[in-house]
Amino acid sequence: MGLPSTRRAEFAVEALIKVIGFSAIGFVLLIFLFLLREGLPVFSEVSLGNLFGTRWYPTFDLFGTLPLILGSALVTVTAILIALPLGVATAVFVREMAPAWTREVLKPVIEVLAGIPSVVLGFFGMTLVAPFVRESLGAPTGLTALTGALILAYMALPTIVSVAEDALDAVPKSYRDAGLAMGATQWQTIWRVVVPAARSGIVTAVMLGMGRAIGETMAVMMVTGNAARMPVTLDSLLRPVRTMTATIATEMGEVAQGSVHYHALFGVGIILFVLTFLINLAAASTMFKKKRRGGLR
Amino acid sequence: MLSRWLAISWLLFSSLLAGCSTGQHGPEGRAGGASEAIENKGSDTLVNLALAWAEAYMQLHPEVRISVTGGGSGTGIAAMINGTVDIANASREMKPEEIEAAKANGIIPEEYPVARDAISVVVNPTNPVSALTLQEISDIYTGKITNWGQIGGEDRPIVLLSRESNSGTYVYFLENVIRLGKKESTLLFSPETLLMPSSEGISAEIRRNPNAIGYDGLGYVTADQKMLAIAHDADGSYVLPSVDSVNDGSYPISRPLYMYTAGEPKGQVEAYLNWVLGEGQSLVSALGFVPLRP
Repeated sequence: MGLPSTRRAEFAVEALIKVIGFSAIGFVLLIFLFLLREGLPVFSEVSLGNLFGTRWYPTFDLFGTLPLILGSALVTVTAILIALPLGVATAVFVREMAPAWTREVLKPVIEVLAGIPSVVLGFFGMTLVAPFVRESLGAPTGLTALTGALILAYMALPTIVSVAEDALDAVPKSYRDAGLAMGATQWQTIWRVVVPAARSGIVTAVMLGMGRAIGETMAVMMVTGNAARMPVTLDSLLRPVRTMTATIATEMGEVAQGSVHYHALFGVGIILFVLTFLINLAAASTMFKKKRRGGLR
Repeated sequence: MLSRWLAISWLLFSSLLAGCSTGQHGPEGRAGGASEAIENKGSDTLVNLALAWAEAYMQLHPEVRISVTGGGSGTGIAAMINGTVDIANASREMKPEEIEAAKANGIIPEEYPVARDAISVVVNPTNPVSALTLQEISDIYTGKITNWGQIGGEDRPIVLLSRESNSGTYVYFLENVIRLGKKESTLLFSPETLLMPSSEGISAEIRRNPNAIGYDGLGYVTADQKMLAIAHDADGSYVLPSVDSVNDGSYPISRPLYMYTAGEPKGQVEAYLNWVLGEGQSLVSALGFVPLRP
């Protein structure tokens, strides 16, 4: 009696877990199909020249997504350029240099940073960072691409630090011992041995941080000024921009379902999805690569 | 193989999360017809007035519940078309395509002008410019004039502020100021225009930034913004917006505000609208708007 019933219970639990696991995949596919169904019509309703034009002005059927794509790209790339050195340096400090008690305090604190709601950061950016950018950098307004990038860098930091820290953690102790035994200083060991050995993990960290940054909406909407201008001039960092996410968020509330504008917003969603997917794919491929190389990150 | 699949689906999933973290305001499901509850949604310009009306009316008629939300004229009209609200507030007339969409849903919208509003053009209090013509404002917002020095101010770049395109104030300003009311005009806001998600966003930036110029409903202008006197043309007289100057027609930028219902209003909705158009008018001036009758 005992054994078969245990088996049956085990079978049931296993089946349940499988169903739940596969339903997660199923939901994702359904969402993806929904996104395609709502967004693809725009590619036939609006000419490609218009769709990839330089003017986003849906009230008058101008659906140029180029300023939005470039706006997102500018803000995200700048954010990563700011967050990468800070994040890697913090990870190196936490993992390699900080005394044990400092590390015990810092790690959870950094992870808590990830939990700050983005609207709070947006408010912080509006009231403190924006006036700073305007007054000290001479921008006409404080609501600029740079302000957005600073806030996004702050948001991407916790991701970058914790993933990079894990990567450093996975470098075998023997590497450090060997470096120090060869007569290298602690700094030389960290910079020439440990960080290069953890390189692919750090790349993953950056990719994940980037994925977080490009999809962020609320904070960016509050601090970038939302002007759909082409960010192609040299001073674009000190000018307002409009990102894809902010466009979807602000305009989705007003559109009539099934209108061209509605489809265009889902079209922007598809473009954003494809970009995020590619970034995640790049992050994952570095992770897969490192597995094939046998444990060394 | 399976783990590969899981990894890919995880990728898809996280990408999707990034892609649609915010932004969809689905229609709030509301069961059945309006018995004692009235849903009222739309124009942010009208939201404070609509709230004041609703509160006063609920004190007189405790059995009726009126909930008022903002979101923009387009949002309110879309909700009325989709049947999720009883009354849509709008600071503009319904567009022909919105009326078409309503008819496609079997709804013939009824229009009620409920008050008048003036749009005031505002700048930072430290800005020496205090009067402009409509033509000058149009040139500023289309990007022809880019420096305050060109119109008698200091040598500073002009930062353009506007409401989001789902705001009725935006459409009104575009048609009557930027295009100067000309139907054949195709002028648009300059792409440099900052689109602010709320009235508060505009007033915050005006307060802080001496370069900025913005516009908003008269009811929303706070004491720390400087309103400009406006003239039809250089020969005309410059008039500051006020309840009097709107009522006597001398202030150039004013407009009616509307409430829309899905078809002939019945029961409580009809009683409420009658009250708004009658006794309710006494609340209008207190909120910075202009009543229908002096």
